[in-house]
Order: sequence, then structure tokens, then C-alpha cells
Amino acid sequence: MTDGLIELRHVGKRFAGIRALDDVSLTVRRGEIHCLAGENGSGKSTIIKVMSGVYQPDEGDILIDDASVKRMTPAESVGRGIQVIYQDLSLFGNLSVAENLAMNRYLKEGRRAVRWGETRQIARAALDRLGVELDLAADVESLPTSARQIVAIARALQAEARLIIMDEPTTALTRNEVERLLDITRTIQRDGIAVLFVSHKMREMLEISERLTVMRNGKVVVQGPIGDFTEASITRHMTGHDLSHETYRRPAVTETVPPRVAVEGLTVPGAVAGVDLTLRPGDIIGLSGLIGSGRTELALALFGMRPDHGGTIRIDGKEARLRTVGDAIRHGIAYVPEDRLSEGLFLTQSVSRNMLASSLDAVTRGFTVDRARAATVSDGMIDAMQIATRSGETPVGFLSGGNQQRVVIARWLLTQARVLILNGPTVGVDVGSKAEIHRIIRDLATERGLAVLMISDDVPELLQHCNAILLMHRGRIVQRFEGGTATEDSMGAALKALR
Amino acid sequence: MALKTTPTDAPATTPAPPKTGGDLRRFFNQHDNIVQLVAITALVFVVMAALSPDKFLRYYNFESISFIFPELGLLSIAIMLAMLTGGIDLSIVGVANLAAVLAGTLFHHLAPGASAGLGLGSALLGIGLALVVGLVAGALNGFLIARLKITPILATLGTSQVFTGLALVLTGGPALVGFPASWTFIGNGKLFGVAFPFILFAVLAAAIGFVLSRTAFGTRLMLIGTNAKAAVFAGLDTDRIVFQSYVLTGLLASIAGLILSGRTNAAKSDYGNSYLLQAVLVAVLGGTNPAGGRGSVLGVSIAVLALMLLSSGFQILRFSNFLIDFIWGGFLLLVIAINVARNRKRLG
Amino acid sequence: MSLLRRPETIVALVLLAAMLGIGFVNPAFWSLDNQFGLLKSNVITGIMALGVLLVMISGGIDVSFPAFAAAAMYLTVHGMVQTGYTGVAIPFVVATLIGLALGAFNAFCIRAFRMIPLIVTLGTASVVRGLLLGLVGTSVININKMPPQLIEFGRTDMIDITHTDGTRFGLTAMILVYGALALGVHLVLRYTMIGRSLYAYGGSPESASRVGFDTRKTLLFAYCTAGALAGFAGLLHASLIWLANPRDFVGFELDVIAAVVLGGASIFGGRGSVVGTLLGVFLLIMIKNSLILMHIDTTWQQVVVGAIIVCSTALTAWRDRKRVG
Repeated sequence: MTDGLIELRHVGKRFAGIRALDDVSLTVRRGEIHCLAGENGSGKSTIIKVMSGVYQPDEGDILIDDASVKRMTPAESVGRGIQVIYQDLSLFGNLSVAENLAMNRYLKEGRRAVRWGETRQIARAALDRLGVELDLAADVESLPTSARQIVAIARALQAEARLIIMDEPTTALTRNEVERLLDITRTIQRDGIAVLFVSHKMREMLEISERLTVMRNGKVVVQGPIGDFTEASITRHMTGHDLSHETYRRPAVTETVPPRVAVEGLTVPGAVAGVDLTLRPGDIIGLSGLIGSGRTELALALFGMRPDHGGTIRIDGKEARLRTVGDAIRHGIAYVPEDRLSEGLFLTQSVSRNMLASSLDAVTRGFTVDRARAATVSDGMIDAMQIATRSGETPVGFLSGGNQQRVVIARWLLTQARVLILNGPTVGVDVGSKAEIHRIIRDLATERGLAVLMISDDVPELLQHCNAILLMHRGRIVQRFEGGTATEDSMGAALKALR
Repeated sequence: MALKTTPTDAPATTPAPPKTGGDLRRFFNQHDNIVQLVAITALVFVVMAALSPDKFLRYYNFESISFIFPELGLLSIAIMLAMLTGGIDLSIVGVANLAAVLAGTLFHHLAPGASAGLGLGSALLGIGLALVVGLVAGALNGFLIARLKITPILATLGTSQVFTGLALVLTGGPALVGFPASWTFIGNGKLFGVAFPFILFAVLAAAIGFVLSRTAFGTRLMLIGTNAKAAVFAGLDTDRIVFQSYVLTGLLASIAGLILSGRTNAAKSDYGNSYLLQAVLVAVLGGTNPAGGRGSVLGVSIAVLALMLLSSGFQILRFSNFLIDFIWGGFLLLVIAINVARNRKRLG
Repeated sequence: MSLLRRPETIVALVLLAAMLGIGFVNPAFWSLDNQFGLLKSNVITGIMALGVLLVMISGGIDVSFPAFAAAAMYLTVHGMVQTGYTGVAIPFVVATLIGLALGAFNAFCIRAFRMIPLIVTLGTASVVRGLLLGLVGTSVININKMPPQLIEFGRTDMIDITHTDGTRFGLTAMILVYGALALGVHLVLRYTMIGRSLYAYGGSPESASRVGFDTRKTLLFAYCTAGALAGFAGLLHASLIWLANPRDFVGFELDVIAAVVLGGASIFGGRGSVVGTLLGVFLLIMIKNSLILMHIDTTWQQVVVGAIIVCSTALTAWRDRKRVG
């Protein structure tokens, strides 16, 4: 008899010939807080889906309470006390907190009728269990993300959960909210319920987890008590390589050239409270800070999407009015958005159309798009960016994450962009492509003289590829690290200090 | 165990096969919808010709089809344009009737009681007025949808009532009759032995097809329909382009109204009510994705032909007109079902 | 949500203002026979609107119910005439069941083809109308042939008032039927799991199936109820106007959908209430029917209805944008 709650033994899973899971063995013990770490695409989400019965493994066994489960289905998984809290939380925004909380109970008991008094009682009890108070009558969509997450956790507990799997729970939370989440997690644990955190951001997890499993390319790389790890060693396990030492250095520029971008006193109502920023040709400036620090709004203001911004923006020495995205593009500003799939790509359209989306006028002669020229231009870009695609006519949705990101960057090179703003440029990109995207960004800065502003949560990425890193907090830049002098520890400490 | 980070092995995630070869297969893959449609049309043609060769294969039959289908064809292209951005325009029939009614009212004002005898100049004036109605109506829809951000279904549901209602107010109910001869030529005339409506349709369809496939506007429209949010981030002026697409939709609808009233020599507020459903059907049948981003004039044109052959065949076989409605609806459901089955097979 | 911000409150206020306005222009608006007449005209649109409400809460739309109503009504009356059946209860059951079966067909197509409901229901509407007119017949069954019991049923009044000049008018008892159905739908929406599943599915279909709702049942319930209510309302309509016309209800979907949207239901699903729908139906019918009282030509009716739809949806869109921004 072990104390294993759920155990995967030599589990393998393939999709269309690609190994998503390769001989994975993993045990979550009763009442422990376990962290499953790994980069995007490492197989974490496949594990969640195997544990929750959404996918059936091709090989290997699943054991619950030391007994093999023949066929894991979603119903079986829930029946055995496994609850998954997905990143989107799966709540009903149009329904009240009380109803969201009581719904699972009603469904489980196969009720036909709803009693509102009982609904409120169930909800209150669920929140009391976590020691939190929320307005039970409020619609869930009116709550901030952190409160919604609490509702999701409370709802999972309602289903007599023994293991709660949380998928990237801290992504959209501020530091304070993360603290609260960790407190709640400890509360849950006191009731003997196990928690599996699934994340690629290990910082918060280090504070709370007891054991850690690191995955890479569908395999478990390492597993053990949390004390055996440091942040650096986890990163190394996750990415499979040590940080290279070749930190980015900006090529020398003559100081008489006006900066590409000079921002003074930039404000965005409710988000940015006065930021000065200078980007010179060849600069790769990192921008970090917690979600809600104003970093995305700063980028959007530069990209003309926040016409309500204040302050002055100079491009190549001339004052620029950036009220629309068109204005920004005309001034040579490009923006690679945070969410590639929903904001960056036209998935069912061809690679070529995706690339040319912002520079159609340049390939238009008279009234018509010059097809030959468009093909030449896009094929040239496919070669230059080494994009792996069957042809320019392939729908971009068929490409891998790294290649898709290159398509988005290529789009901006075609607009003759001189300022490139990247928001999370390597999120969801596999390790190999990540290095390639970094190389492209560095080349663009050194050879084409682009000024790059790189927003990222990935500290090693920033340290390695930026010649300076700015830390934003509550709408202001609070600290500047010069490339080469900053270390992961110093930046980590600074990030941690932001409360 | 450390993975190499050399850039050369990076793009290896998807192997890139040679770019040449398989052009024909690629054509079939990309235009499988159209291929399927052509097959259906051919099948319909063969079955009809076999069932009633003497009547179906008569020249007269095809000629009458060439007079009747252009109005529906134009309405279908109009609704396809709205569908390309994920919208819909339920007001096209209202626009068509309002355009014709307004022109008819103008003629009655110009020559009360003798409007049939009006000359070319007045007819041109009427045509101009009808087109302006289409532009204004389309602009109103575009404004409501692109600027005020009203859901297209509801916005055009409302404006369709307004347009139809205005036409009713103008006519008071009964049909306006007595259009100038040059006006009825639009619906009944022949040029070089070919039905004028057919020529008009062919020219307009070619023009719209050209705009969609060869101009920056068309490409942008497709991009917006595929992912409106990404279009904003790519710097496309989505509001303006969506607005323009509805103006174009309105314009096409008004031309359909011209043909309809020219053919029947009359204008009424509730003519061609069943055209709305049929236009949606033809558009979907022609491979338009109602969620946006996909659709072609060629597909819609073939679809409208297929359905016209089908209904003329059934008419010749003495099926009631109502059963033809049933067949249209059944056809729509059938094609949707076929597409679902095919997509499943492709994925599975 | 506070009482003042609820869409129902806003519709109620607009309704009140409109009533005061119309009453001001022509005090005859407030007369009992006008009010009774108004209530009577609410019944058919209202019953159908209840069904459309369910579909809209689930995030769909239904434009096939007028065709279903016509089919259920005509088939039933036709059958009664053919067989000489004289009862009332069974025909209503039959009409309801015909609507229900057709609704099930809608649900099946939407579920199986994963096609947007607008297109599917356009298709089923065309199929049903075509079959009805093509196979069953196109001739109107008028008052001479209509089963007298059906007419008698439709004439049942719950209040009878005799004018001083001897003319009589009454409040139709059908308003009770309408009220009972509305109450029923309200209770189902508010107090049953199937009702709540409509809101859940309309809010987020994916989440609904994740938490364990049988979403197939949810869809089936929405479209079947819409069909059943339409079938019932169809026959009721025939008994109120004393004839059965297979071409009836053409264009009815516009009014009904407009009324439901006016009542605060969201076309994106997840929101809507019976109270709001009742108010929306009343507002729409009242404005349409009061044009004569306001000395406006009735040909303006459609223009006014269209303008109301455009304005109210513009207001909703504006409000939603302000809430987001």
C-alpha cells in the first residue's frame, strides 16, 4: 500500500504520429501539493486530459488508490474525485455566484428542481470552507479574475474532490492575488485534498509545492521533493539547456542620430501613469512586470490602439500622433500581439495572405493585387525566415507555433517596420523554434537597425536577449537593469518585491 | 541530454516537401466545394433531361431560366458579401422592392397616368434613383453594423421592416404598374439574342468576383471575416471595410430590384419575399461560410444555376411550386449534411 | 443586478411612457374595449414568443416556428374537417405534438450538422411550408367549414360587458391560457434544472457540457418547446379568427423575434426572462395597434416596428459597449 492517489505508469499517447506522451510515470500522493512544470508543448496538458479521462492513453496504466482503472472516462474521473480547473475556469458568467457553486451538486444528485434557498446555503458553505466572502447574487462575469478563480475552486470542492488539478492558475493574477490563491491552496490541503499545479511559471510554485515533476518533449525529465531544486535548475530541466553566455549587446550607434522612439510622460487612463522611454536603433529593451502593471497598455498606446493616451511620442526625432493602428504602421511601428491565435493570425487563410495582411497596398498595382509580386514577396519571406511550410498557399493554421510566430513577425518586416514591439514572443513555442525566433529578433536589431521592445515574463529570455530590461509596476517604470549586469536572482528579487 | 540550440534544426517541426507538383489536386482540394457543386448541377441536369427530354432540353426552357435567375443570383451574391464578414443582410429583398417602388413613384410623378410612355431620360433618372436607394440603404445597414456595432441579424431585421414599410407607405398596398419601355428592357430585353438580365448578372458577377479575388479590398474582407480581432491588430480599417461591404450589398440588392420590376413591369412592397430564404440557401450552397472568411462568386453562381435547373425541371414535371420550396429547403439541409459528413471523414 | 438596471425595468418604463403618450394623443386608448382588444392580440404572438425566448436563451434563433404553426394548425383543422371530429382538447394536443415533433427535427439538424440555427431553421421552415402547401393543400378552410366547436372555444370570454347602446364586448379567456403558459415557462426557467441548463448552455456551451449537463437534452428541450408552443398557438389562432389558412404566419418571425429582443433577451444567449418577453410583446403589439388611435396611417406600421427594433438594439449595443469599455 502506497499513499498514491493517482498514478500513471509508463503512459504513452500519440497524435497523428507525434508522441505527445512518452513513457510517463507520475504519482500524485494523497493530500500533497504537487507541481507539474514544463514549457508549452511539453505534454502537460495531455497529462491533464489523461487524468481527467478526456484522452485514453495508447499505452501504460492509470491507477487510482493503487487499483488499475480499466477505462478512464470523464465521468469515472469525476466520480473518483478528480476535478480539473481549466485556465478558462469553465464558469457561467451570466449566472450568479451562488448558482455556479451549487450547480455541480444538483447535477450530481440528478435533481430536476432548483431551490434557491438551498442554492444559497450550498454556496455559502462552499465559500466558508475556503474562508472567503463573495456577493452570492452577483453575476460571475462582474467579478475580477481572482474572485472567479476562487469560485472555480470552491465549485471543484463541492464535487467531493480529492485531487484538484489547476491549469496555469496564476497567469492572470497579480502578486497579491497569487498570495491569496496560495493561502487557499493551503486551506484545501488541510482538508486532505491533493492539488496538482500545472504551470510553466515555477516561481510561485516553488513557494508552495512539496514535490515537483518536470516535463519536456512528452517525457518526465526529473521528479523529486521541491528541496532538491533551485529556480535555475528547474529552468534548465524545462528548457534542456543552460543559459548561454552570449548576452545581447547593442551595436554601437552614433549618439547624434535621434532615437527611433522617444516617449515622454506617456499616460493611459487607468493603466499607465507617466512613462519615459527611449529606443535606439539596435536596442532590444525588455519590459517586464506583473499582469496589470500597464505594460500591455503601454505597448498598445505605441501601436495606436489607445487613442486616449497622453504625453508625447517622437519617432526618429519627429513628434508623432498615434491615434489609430494605421498611424502607427505609417510611422514604422509593429506589434506582435500576446495571443497569437486570436489576435495575430488568420488561421484558415494562407501563409502568404497572413504575411501580406498589413502591406497589401504595396503589392497593389492600380486596382488589383499583383499576384506574381505578392508570391515573390511572400516566398522571399518564407525563405528568409526559414518558415517550414508546404507553400505560401498553405493555411497558416497547419503550421507549428514557432513557424506561425515567424509569419507574424514577417508580416511586420514587410511593412518596413523600424520599431518592433513583441508581447510574449515565445509563449507557446517549442524549444527549438524559440531559439530561432530569438536569433531572428537579434538579427533584426543588429543588421536592420530595428528598435525592439520585448514584453515578457520569461526572465532568462529577457536577461539573455535584451541590452536593458525595464520593470513596470502600477503604470510606472520602477527599475532598469542593464544587460550583462543583471542576474536572474537580482531580477527575481525585484519582481518579488513588487506588492 | 541538453537539446542543441543551433538554429539550423529549428524549422524541422514540419518537413517542407517540394513546392512543385500536384497542381490539379491542389485545385480540387481548394475548390472541392465548387467541384461538388458542378457535379450536383450536372447530375440535376442529366436526371431532368432524362425524365422529360422533350420539354427540359428545349431552347425556350433555358432562355426563360436566363431571364428569371439573375435577380436571385444577384441577391445571393449580395448576401454572400455580408456573410464574408460573418454577418448577414436580411434586408436585401426590402431594399430591392424599395428601390423599384421609389423609381415607380418617380415615374408616376413625371407622367401621371401615362408613365409607360416615358422616354429613356426618365428611365435613366429612375435607374439612378433606384441605385441611390441601394447605396443609402446599404450605408444605413453598414453604419448600424460597423459603427454602432449592432448584431447584423438584428440590425438588418429592423431595417428590412423599415424598407418594406416605406415601400408600403409609398404604394399604399397595391402594385405600381406602368413602367417606361426602357425600364422593362432591363428585365425583358435581349441584347445580341441574349437575355439582358443574364448579361447584367454576368457582368456584375464577374466584377464582384474580380473585386473579391483580385483587389486589396477583397482580400481584406476575407481576412476580417476570418478573424476580426487579428484584422484590427494587423492595422486593417475594419469598420470602413465592413461598412463598404454592406454598401455594396445594398447596391446589388437594388439592381436585383431593378431587374425584378423590369421583368414584371410592376413594383410592390412585398414582391419576392421567398427570395430571402432562397438567397441564403444559394449562398450557403455555393460554399459560403456563414461565419465569415470563405465564399466565392463562382460557387454562388453555380449554386443558383443548379437550383434553377432543379426548379424548372420540377415545374416541367408538373410539381407544384410549393413542393419546389420543399425541395429547396431539403436541398439546403442535405448539402449541409454532406459537408458535415465530408469534414468528419477528412478529420478522422 | 439592481432592479433599476434590469432590462425588464427599462422595458416596463418605456412601455409606461408609450402608454401615457398614446393615451395623451387619444384618450380612447384607455377605453376598456381597446385594452381588451390589445390583450387579445397579445395572445398568439406572446405564446410563440415564449418558445423563441427559450431558443434565444440557449444562444440560438428560430425562424421556422411560423411554418410549424401553420402546419400544425392546418393539418389539425384539415383532419377535423375530414373526419368530422368535434372535440377541442384532442385537436390542441395533436397540434402541439406536431409542433413538438418538428421542433425535434430542428434540434436534431442543429446538433448533428453543427450548423448555425438561423440557416437550419430557414431550411426546415422551407421544407415544412413546401410540404404543407404542396401535399396537403392551399385552400383556406373558412368559417363555413371550420369546426364550430373550435370557433366556440375561441369565443369564450372571461369578462362580458354590454355597452349602453347594446353592443357587447369581452375579454377573451385565451388570455388565461397565455398567462398560464407564461407562468409555466417562467417556473421551468427559474426552478428546474432543464431551465437552468438553457442559461448555462447559452452562457457557455463548452462549460455546460464540462460540468455535466446533457446538452443534447437542453437543445432538444429548447427547440421542441418552441415547436410545441408554435403548434398550439397556431391552432388557437385559427379558432380566434375562425379560419385556417395554410399560408398564415408569413413574416411572423420578425415580429416575434423583435418582441423577444425588445424584452431584453440577448441574441448571443444566456439572458432573457419571461417577464421581459411579456412586456416586449405587449409593447410591440400596442404600438402596432395604436397607430390608428394616433391618427397615423396603418401603412406606417412596419416602418414603426422596424424603427423600434433598430433603436432598441442600438441602445443595447451602446450600453454593452459602455459596460465593457
